[in-house]
Amino acid sequence: MSYTKPKFKEKYGNFINGKFVAPVDGKYFDNTSPVDNTLIAQYPRSQKADVDLAIEAANAAKESWGNTSATERAQLLNKVADIIEANLEEFAVVETCDNGKPIRETLNADIPLSIDHWRYFAGVIRAEEGSATELDANTLSMNIKEPLGVVGQIIPWNFPLLMLSWKLPPALAAGNCVVLKPAEQTPSSATLLMEKIADVFPPGVVNVVHGFGPEAGKPLASSPGVNKVAFTGETTTGQLIMQYASKNLNPVTMELGGKSPNIFFNSVMDEDDAFLDKAIEGAVLFAFNQGEVCTCPSRLLVQEDIYDAFVERIIERTKAIVQTNPYDTSCMVGAQASNDQYEKILSYIAIGKEEGAKVLTGGAACTLDGEFANGFYIQPTILEGHNKMRVFQEEIFGPVVCLTKFKDEAEALEIANDTLYGLGAGVWTRDAHQLYQIPRAIKAGRVWVNCYHAYPAHAPFGGYKKSGFGRENHLMMMNYYRQTKNMLISYDKNKLGFF
Amino acid sequence: MKPSRVAITEKAIKIVQKLQEQYGDLIFHQSGGCCDGSSPMIFEKGDMYLDDSDVLLGNIAGVNYYMNQDQYEYWKHTHLTIDITEGRGSSFSLEIPLGLRFIIHSRLLTDEEMTLFNK
Repeated sequence: MSYTKPKFKEKYGNFINGKFVAPVDGKYFDNTSPVDNTLIAQYPRSQKADVDLAIEAANAAKESWGNTSATERAQLLNKVADIIEANLEEFAVVETCDNGKPIRETLNADIPLSIDHWRYFAGVIRAEEGSATELDANTLSMNIKEPLGVVGQIIPWNFPLLMLSWKLPPALAAGNCVVLKPAEQTPSSATLLMEKIADVFPPGVVNVVHGFGPEAGKPLASSPGVNKVAFTGETTTGQLIMQYASKNLNPVTMELGGKSPNIFFNSVMDEDDAFLDKAIEGAVLFAFNQGEVCTCPSRLLVQEDIYDAFVERIIERTKAIVQTNPYDTSCMVGAQASNDQYEKILSYIAIGKEEGAKVLTGGAACTLDGEFANGFYIQPTILEGHNKMRVFQEEIFGPVVCLTKFKDEAEALEIANDTLYGLGAGVWTRDAHQLYQIPRAIKAGRVWVNCYHAYPAHAPFGGYKKSGFGRENHLMMMNYYRQTKNMLISYDKNKLGFF
Repeated sequence: MKPSRVAITEKAIKIVQKLQEQYGDLIFHQSGGCCDGSSPMIFEKGDMYLDDSDVLLGNIAGVNYYMNQDQYEYWKHTHLTIDITEGRGSSFSLEIPLGLRFIIHSRLLTDEEMTLFNK
């Protein structure tokens, strides 16, 4: 089944204070589709003045929004989920057009998961409670969770609607107002969502401002009008945002990527069964979303006694990947999100080769025919080498996996942890001891055991080491968007006796 | 010419000069991590807090090029050439509004360079 490029308006506005508005100085930028490198539409090239308007609207709305009941907030979050669900195909096609990812992914992963995140946080706030402790017979300590106020969120381009749905619902559920800046490569699905939910929240509760990092992102991150900044991206920008936030003594949450190891122990090949088939797929998941995933399993570690046999199966499965029109449901790997991303990946493949990595499959761009000839496609690539190579140490953010072998558990762990990052990892084994001990010894915030690339709303996600700090998803995320009001109440009629 | 770990293409120099006219003194900082990670970022001098944990790789087109020490440990056997390409990064790097993006091309250091830089 095949879909077609969706229709867009000529230009879009920022969504501020409940309505779409043109950027203050009237400047726009062209947003293109990586699928075929054609124009999608023009989006506001916002400046500080636009960001300030959004922050002002959010501040004006925060008192009354922060005082709404959990019941009311939950109802509105559920309403958003219902609206996305009712328009699932429309969102999926827009997302494929803007990001380049295959339609089968947006239909089955991005959009359904986004919906679920809205519902999860709608549910969470109905069930959770504060706490109260009787400290002694006459003293009660009561903990009330209060919203921070206004939250600034800067989200990436690899899962535009899903990353929005990771960040917006918990912040709103906690009673905050939000100013969100989508990535400039992928402003479309956030805009579509604002069109669909324009009337759901009171004006000022949700604001979306488009534009470039140095012009719109920086004023948002450094504004004294926000009480928290949440960011997903890379390390240098992460450091800058922390600097800006430090001027306001604002808390930050950072999700800064990784170089995740995916470890296959010899027992996976004990049987040629459904589990081995799952493990092979687990290794090939490096190509999922064109490798543009912070947790891309981009380092493939295979135990030496199964190395040849297992790698043969992986190469075979990788070669079977279908690259075609991303709007066609048969497409498995689509376009990289932008030209600079495409160039960067090819540059990494080149340095990998120069460092002595062997190309087992792929290793070059992929040219599609006809209208897709100008899109940014790269062949799923397996590079065989060792962990000190640059391609093993840097997030390429492409469909490129770096393969190496290990002798035993100790060597597997040494390689897995020899990285600056610690976001994700995969462990595959039939050995009951390894199932627990190896994940515990890996320094990463999420270890998938006998699975990979699952992102349920109910499991916390976040990094160790240079992958950042703070967690997303799960009930615990609420506390990254709240502060604790402690009320210490005395029921004692008698004075202290000091004065 | 003095040996250097980092070089820049003529095309990229033109963009650096354009940004220098607009912003004054600049620095490059090599990013890591996801999304726009592994790309060079260019900022106004003084915008980013630098200290002993940032290694100065060299000066190109009048701009110092820094990389964090622990990232440098994994990169120090390679030579970097800064180039410019069309594209749309999403970081705070100053060239982004021009619809351009700095990228790096890398090669291995020669034995001679390795001795010189990493002794």
